[in-house]
Amino acid sequence: MSSAPGFPQNRAPAIRAEQLCRHYRMGETLIRAVDGVTLNVRTGEFVALLGSSGSGKSSVLNLIAGLDRPTSGSVIVQERDLAQLSREDLARYRLHTVGMVFQSFNLIASMTLTENVELPMRFAEVDREKRGNLAREALARVGLLARMNHRPSELSGGEQQRAALARALINRPQLLLADEPTGNLDSHTGTEIMNMVREFNQQLRMTVVMVTHERALAERYAQRLIFLADGKLVGDDSNSTVAAKAGTHASAEGERR
Amino acid sequence: MKLPDLTELAVRNLRESVLRNSLTTIGISVGVASLVAMLSLGIGLQQLASRRLMKSGLFDTVVVTSRRDLRNFNREEERSGPAPGESRILDEPTRREIERLPNVLEAYPDIRFITELRFEDKPHLTMVAALPPSAQSNDAFDAVQGHFFSTDIAPEVILQKTFAEELLGKTPRVGIDETNVAELAAPLLGKELTMRYAQRETTEAAGSKATNDSSKAPADRSLAGAAYSVVSREQKLKIVGVADLDPESMRGPTRARVFLPLKLAESLHVMQPTDLREISRSANDEPVYSSVSVRVKSPSQIQAVEDTVKKMGFNTFSILDASRSVQQFFKVLDVFLGIFGSLALAVAFIGIVNTLVMAILERRREIGIMKAIGASDGDIRKLFFAEAGAMGVLGGIVGVALGWAIGQVINLGTNIYLKRQSFPPEHFWAVPWWLVAFAVVFSFLVSLAAGLYPAGRAARLDPVQALRYE
Repeated sequence: MSSAPGFPQNRAPAIRAEQLCRHYRMGETLIRAVDGVTLNVRTGEFVALLGSSGSGKSSVLNLIAGLDRPTSGSVIVQERDLAQLSREDLARYRLHTVGMVFQSFNLIASMTLTENVELPMRFAEVDREKRGNLAREALARVGLLARMNHRPSELSGGEQQRAALARALINRPQLLLADEPTGNLDSHTGTEIMNMVREFNQQLRMTVVMVTHERALAERYAQRLIFLADGKLVGDDSNSTVAAKAGTHASAEGERR
Repeated sequence: MKLPDLTELAVRNLRESVLRNSLTTIGISVGVASLVAMLSLGIGLQQLASRRLMKSGLFDTVVVTSRRDLRNFNREEERSGPAPGESRILDEPTRREIERLPNVLEAYPDIRFITELRFEDKPHLTMVAALPPSAQSNDAFDAVQGHFFSTDIAPEVILQKTFAEELLGKTPRVGIDETNVAELAAPLLGKELTMRYAQRETTEAAGSKATNDSSKAPADRSLAGAAYSVVSREQKLKIVGVADLDPESMRGPTRARVFLPLKLAESLHVMQPTDLREISRSANDEPVYSSVSVRVKSPSQIQAVEDTVKKMGFNTFSILDASRSVQQFFKVLDVFLGIFGSLALAVAFIGIVNTLVMAILERRREIGIMKAIGASDGDIRKLFFAEAGAMGVLGGIVGVALGWAIGQVINLGTNIYLKRQSFPPEHFWAVPWWLVAFAVVFSFLVSLAAGLYPAGRAARLDPVQALRYE
């Protein structure tokens, strides 16, 4: 079900977080990284999580990504409560339902771009031949076909992030989670990457959750801005500017919680 | 993840830190090599020993004596069982009975007697023994000058080297025995010896009395064979061989210095010590033997044959009784050599653990990335296992080759030394195919075991922590 492309229903919630908490114990002190966050993200929505560093935005993203488990509360993605999944099922969820991009690209240095992009398909046990074709296709989509046999260190930051995007898309997930995707890029390259993310959101109907601390960037691309501070949700605004500019997701706007 | 992908990724990862992984693999190879070297030395020595000892005929022979032979009566184990006076006589029907036992190749009487041999009119006194045709394969006759008996009844004789020296009037030099057997044999082969011996002859009276009175009282019957005469006879014998045998060695048939074919010796009816002892029992003309040598198919069946013969009421002796400690020695040697070899492998084991734990630290982030893009705990565990296994198999193969090479070098060196000492070359080193397979599999398993902890640790790594790690 994860890789079936299909047309998602816009009104159905893709992500539902209820009283989500993630507390760490650091020595004697208890750190409340996420502290009772409740939010809904609809299928096909482009949401930006905003906040200063330490506000808990990355922690929320990790919980949605299934990389971390909540201390209490629940994250329900496509009707599955991640807290209830086994480690094995959680890995499968990350493999098929989620695509992730990071500030530091996180490509594997010893592998060529093709190998990096193919890696998730190895875990998904896709046939070798099919894998090669899909990897080429994905690299072509992000304009890196000419660089497919290069290693990450031979590429610019923008190119690396494009390769990371190709890798995130390779198993056709419904969810794209981006953690400061432009944080290490200059504004021009950042724009290029963000345009691609928007393209995936609009053309592939992927639900996008992006963590950023740049409000301007969020306002330019996201349909909805969610503000976090000290692990708590402090604001949730639909973004009329973007809606006006993009125009394609009119039905998704005007939602306010 | 599928196995080909797993192998590919593992090999790729191993190539990433070539130096460290090669050093670890070399560590495994050295461990495996020393294990292979130690074990193959142990196996080789054992094979050499058993090859040598087997050919000597010591290990497949049981010597059977009658309990009536009281010379060994003081031996602890022979005091149990039936009293000597009531036990069976070791005669020809008994010999045939023993020969029919399972796993017995042959049972031949031990005929030996001290007698006089005349050569060129000079008398020489010596022990004469009879040899069965099967003795031809005994290593004592490996270096015989001339040939073995043409038939089992031929009036031929093989001399032991020292007796040949005596016949030629040479005195053996003290110290290293360097006498050339070929030199000794040349003037003797084909010559004739005259053997004088005491023949036991059943007298007419005794024979007829035995048959006539057999239906009467058993008391009379027991006296039936109680008459024979002893006649001095002569037999001409042709010297066909001179053997390089050490008369002082413990080898059974070599205590004598002159050897006759068995059938010939039997037909001569030479007076035996048992003839006197059994004179009151022997009811017919069947010969009675002081001892019978029983050859068994393989040393492993010695014990069973010995037990059966003991149950028949005879005393037995085999060198295997004495060689238990030898076998035990080799078992202990094998264990010790194995322990030393394993010690080296244990060091390699720690090397693998260290390398993989280091690899986890180094690749923490990579593991985090893999988990973030969908690798399961199992995928990561398998990946580390595959790396450990690949190092193990590679190290195992290189190690076996190395161990084999070490063995070859030592073998060569020893043989050069042996050649200088004018000994025939020997194989001290045996690397049987099962040892090769065992070493590689063992190395693989040890490496997997070494990968157990690192792989588990890598699999349990928290991806959030791992991704934060720079």
